[in-house]
Amino acid sequence: MKLKALGLAALGAAAMVTATAFTATAADKQFVPGLMYRSGPYAPNGIPFANGFSDYFKMRNAKGGINGVEIEYEECDTAYNNDRGVECYERLKRPGAAAITPLSTGITYALIDRATADKIPVLSMGYGRTAASDGTVFPYVFTLPATYWSGADIIVNYIAKNEGGYENLKGKKIALVYHDSAYGKEPIATLEALAEKHGFSFHPFPVAHPGLEQKATWLQIGRQVRPDWTAMWGWGVMNSPAIKEAAAVGYPMDRFIGIWWSGSEQDVTPAGAQAVGYKSLNFHGTGTEYPAIQDILTLVHDAGNGTGPREEVGTVLYNRGVMNAAVIAEAIHTAQGMHGQTPLTGEQIRDGFEALNIDEARLESMGLAGFMESIQITCADHEGTGRAFVQQWDGSNWTPVSDWVEPNRSGLLRPMIEQAAADYAAEKGITPRACN
Amino acid sequence: MNPTALRFGLWLLVTPLLIAALGLGFKGLAAVDSSLFFAWGYFIEVLIAGLLQGVMYSLVALGFVLIFKASGIFNFAQGSMVLFAALTMVGFIEMGLHWTLAFVVTAAVMVLLALAIERVVLRPLVNQPHIILFMATIGIFYFLDGFGQTLWGSDVKVLDIGISKAPIIVAEGVFENGLLINSFDLVAALVGAVLVAGLAVFFQYTRVGRALRAVADDHQAALSVGIPLKTIWAIVWSVAGIVALVAGIMWGSKAGVQFSLALIALKALPVLILGGFTSIPGAIVGGLIIGAGEQLAEVFLGPIFGGAIQDWFAYMLALVFLLFRPQGLFGEKIIERI
Repeated sequence: MKLKALGLAALGAAAMVTATAFTATAADKQFVPGLMYRSGPYAPNGIPFANGFSDYFKMRNAKGGINGVEIEYEECDTAYNNDRGVECYERLKRPGAAAITPLSTGITYALIDRATADKIPVLSMGYGRTAASDGTVFPYVFTLPATYWSGADIIVNYIAKNEGGYENLKGKKIALVYHDSAYGKEPIATLEALAEKHGFSFHPFPVAHPGLEQKATWLQIGRQVRPDWTAMWGWGVMNSPAIKEAAAVGYPMDRFIGIWWSGSEQDVTPAGAQAVGYKSLNFHGTGTEYPAIQDILTLVHDAGNGTGPREEVGTVLYNRGVMNAAVIAEAIHTAQGMHGQTPLTGEQIRDGFEALNIDEARLESMGLAGFMESIQITCADHEGTGRAFVQQWDGSNWTPVSDWVEPNRSGLLRPMIEQAAADYAAEKGITPRACN
Repeated sequence: MNPTALRFGLWLLVTPLLIAALGLGFKGLAAVDSSLFFAWGYFIEVLIAGLLQGVMYSLVALGFVLIFKASGIFNFAQGSMVLFAALTMVGFIEMGLHWTLAFVVTAAVMVLLALAIERVVLRPLVNQPHIILFMATIGIFYFLDGFGQTLWGSDVKVLDIGISKAPIIVAEGVFENGLLINSFDLVAALVGAVLVAGLAVFFQYTRVGRALRAVADDHQAALSVGIPLKTIWAIVWSVAGIVALVAGIMWGSKAGVQFSLALIALKALPVLILGGFTSIPGAIVGGLIIGAGEQLAEVFLGPIFGGAIQDWFAYMLALVFLLFRPQGLFGEKIIERI
């Protein structure tokens, strides 16, 4: 009995020492949670993103942290599943969490209210709820550098350029093949509005999860509707069967444009030669020539500390993970300028997000010049310019085939965003804050 | 009145009425949208694509049938066996083996896997209720899924065995735009046909095949005449492993070898419901009906329901068949006397 009591006391003491040590360590570091997926049907696309995200913070830590504050990164595997996403959020949320990266539109939808109540910023970079770009209604959600609505507008803009102007879109057919989920449905409202405005007919084709089987969809597209152009909002496993089935019905690849989540090496490589000519949007560079990526190679991978294989560095999704981490790091950096160079709360880092001003000079000092467009965020506008470019797969590399394209934000998208945000506010009983 | 004469009279009366009703129905549909409902070439094209797709489902369903037939176990792990086989074959190809050699080596791996499953999982569970064996196959599913990816990685892999995927246009003179048929699907159908013929010969004419059928009919009776149940189980799991390999090659070539390949087992379930769990012809005919039914539904009914209906439609179709034939189209009718 005595021995048992002694053992329990020793265990208790050990637990207290560990907890104290943990608190001491955690208090010195800025915590960054990551809701990633390394398992499930979408793991092949989730893994390189997660590796890029993790490696960037390792690189910053190797260089002394952000203004001397080390980043403590912890990951939770959501398997691209909304329930598990919420579970991961609940496990990782804490006042010192810098920002949540849900990496799923569905999970973003599920976390908007929770994260807002917990005062933790959500960075849904190039995905999520487009209406959340309105910072007056969604003070803790950031959609930079572009939303799905911007993506849809950019695709139509690119098509119009190729057809010789918007006036030539009249009578044309544009199809959308989309993942039948909150993610895939996001561009529909914009494409419908654009169809009405420019006189083209719009044909949506949903594909059920996970999208392994799309024969019927492509028979309709390739043999019945025969659209002049086809856009795709696919993810993971859905993308390569879409490209293969498109080729199987003889659909021209250079008239098939995916959103930025349908334009990675993982999407085109399984389709082999059939994917040559396929296009997609992107909002950052690929390759390893950027100084920040070079730092990852030398300070992280050469030190034997790389999260994944070295050869994936520079691929589309790896670099997207890097960009996502770099934006969070920059928000922390900006927030430190406002609140002090110590670990900050989510609320303080939100201020950093809203004051983000990543101009060309800043990109240069971040080692990311030419990698991405400059980003300016305000209290009301959480998206920024919304620009992206079109890239094309040549069989071994993605090559840009357009300049940066600016969506029609002021003339079309911003009013739609404000309306959707106002509807959300009315539904939830939110009083929009004033942004002056 | 003579019942035969009555039946004959009814047929005479009802048949023309039915034809007239169908004709009027089609004419009505044509009036609604002629391009949608009366492009016969397109209809036939979708039907052929669906039938060929159905063969792909049958390939997966066959593995389930083999194991259920011999042991009464619903092998939940069949999908992950397909994934594991495809991952292993790609792994060997990436090591530099020619695909034919990789096929042989992978087939050997699948046989070894079958022996291991029989020795480690099934043998200790002999005489346990079927639900226990079913639960064990769920364990095998998760083990194979994780082990395969740990061994060969989670990346999407390319499996190219040189089958052309180019579209073929036939009957151009008959239908406007002709009929488009995917050459890969044709090859897959051929492979499926050869596999079924091979299995039929194996079951019908070989000593082992007869023993398998005996075990399927009655375990106890088979044991009493000296058929070794454990050996039969090892053989049937090996055959199911090789069927999984063929399905993995066809599906892997089509959609890439990746985690989701395990999910195609879900596409085989309506085929099994419809065709019966114990019939090889049932797996084939069930596959053809489900394949054609879901493709036609997606193309012609999908727009009415907003699209993406083929998955649930396949199950609904199977359930409708169950209303009339609870044992499936070719399943054995179970008559239990009290």
